[in-house]
Amino acid sequence: MLQTSAWSSVLPKFLFNAISALGRPFSNSIIKLGFAWRFMLAILRHSPTSLLRFQLTMREIWFAGVLSVLIIGVSGLFVGMVLALQGYDTLQRFGATESLGILVALSLVRELGPVVGALLFASRAGSAITAEIGLMKATEQLAAMEMMAVNPIARVVAPRFWGGVISMPLLAAMFSAMGIFGGYLVGVKLLGLDEGAFWSQMQSAVDFRQDVINGVIKSVVFGIAISLIAVFEGYDAPPTAEGVSGATTRTVVTSSLVILALDFILTAFMFTGI
Amino acid sequence: MPSSLVQFENVSFAYGERSVLTDVSLSIKRGQVVAIMGGSGSGKTTLLKLIGGQIRPDQGKLSVAGDDVGSMNESRLYAMRKKLGMLFQFGALFTDLSVFDNVAFPLRERSNLPESMIRDLVLMKLNAVGLRGVSEQMPSELSGGMARRVALARAIALDPNVMLYDEPFTGLDPISLATIGKLIRDLNDALGTASVIVTHDVEESLSIVDYVYFLADGKIVAEGTPEQVRASTHPFVKQFINGETDGPVAFHKPAAPYAADLGLEQRLA
Repeated sequence: MLQTSAWSSVLPKFLFNAISALGRPFSNSIIKLGFAWRFMLAILRHSPTSLLRFQLTMREIWFAGVLSVLIIGVSGLFVGMVLALQGYDTLQRFGATESLGILVALSLVRELGPVVGALLFASRAGSAITAEIGLMKATEQLAAMEMMAVNPIARVVAPRFWGGVISMPLLAAMFSAMGIFGGYLVGVKLLGLDEGAFWSQMQSAVDFRQDVINGVIKSVVFGIAISLIAVFEGYDAPPTAEGVSGATTRTVVTSSLVILALDFILTAFMFTGI
Repeated sequence: MPSSLVQFENVSFAYGERSVLTDVSLSIKRGQVVAIMGGSGSGKTTLLKLIGGQIRPDQGKLSVAGDDVGSMNESRLYAMRKKLGMLFQFGALFTDLSVFDNVAFPLRERSNLPESMIRDLVLMKLNAVGLRGVSEQMPSELSGGMARRVALARAIALDPNVMLYDEPFTGLDPISLATIGKLIRDLNDALGTASVIVTHDVEESLSIVDYVYFLADGKIVAEGTPEQVRASTHPFVKQFINGETDGPVAFHKPAAPYAADLGLEQRLA
């Protein structure tokens, strides 16, 4: 008797919990997306202050951008050199090794510069931004700022957001430039391709509007996505050690996935029908 | 100037379903140092957040310097906060700025003073807390007590009308603790502010404050001057100031019968 009455109350509860557990991840992520959107609007509303006092944004460009130059440059160089080695091997089979310059330049400018540059930027600068804002929150620095009648979104978040947005295209361009230089080193200096053919074929085949500008558009979009994710995760982080570490991880993982998804969408729009 | 700088009239507040403050009324006058005492989780910090306008009362009226905080829009709230100074539990200094820049921060952000005057003001504030000599150091180079004194200098940078202290005595050695206590009293008297200290440190606070409110489970259970408090026979107050483990605040949190939890009795469904 006792047992059945216990079951009749437990079972509906269990079903209810199971169904709500099924839906919770979705509703949570939708709610979070809504918060992120409102956060973005708040950043835009408070942006004039941070852009007028440009030295605030300048400082963040230094931290997010200038300090990422080394990793971006070295990675670009190596990616370019590997591209040249692999491309040479393939092109050789068709006797088209003079086109190596085109292959290296197009791959870098259209895809690898913006995408790999953005992935590196997310893990180098995005994680740092999240950790910094998260720790400022955990140590009550943001609350202290608010109590001093200074809006933390205007003073802390917006400069970091714009610092990232401005740095990203410049870093992607740097990545591509270093990559092309790496391709030149391997193709011309190591494998002995004709220097004139390498550069002139590249020049005639890479279209400024179609290839370079589209690459820049990609890197700007990635810059906005990474910066927004980084500042949002930091601001949203639970003010504990686990909270900040989780937020930092989420910044890198989410940014990487978003970059790849956005890249597919942008590529589909930009380069189909060429 | 109204006589009460901070006035709570029947204020209630809840986080969702969980009620934190119920029907709290208190008033703090100019020149007064008032302690809000109570155990952890009694709603003390919520009280400070309400005064600072970080959260708003669900019921009742809360006014700071004569203005109703609950009905303020964002820009008026920010204007009101210029009259407040707050010392956070662990100082909350900006770790990327030097001591000097930390104290200069509110002046640079919220006033239009020239840099030369800001420099003089910062040095005066640092001198008031006895730390003019460390102005070029970074917060990470300071001890806990020093960091809190720097934070105090930063909190008084804009000459506030109301000072809020969140657990100012936690985790300090006896000398730093006495220094902070003396600074709170002296600054209050020199600046003519009203000070609210949220604390559970009995000895230090009773020696510097004018009035004490006891908070338990979101309600004010007792109040009085330090002498009245020391002489009080109120069971909660007695337990609190003498640090007794059992009393109205039970040692055991409510739980199922001990024997049942250990499986010594048959548990009924």
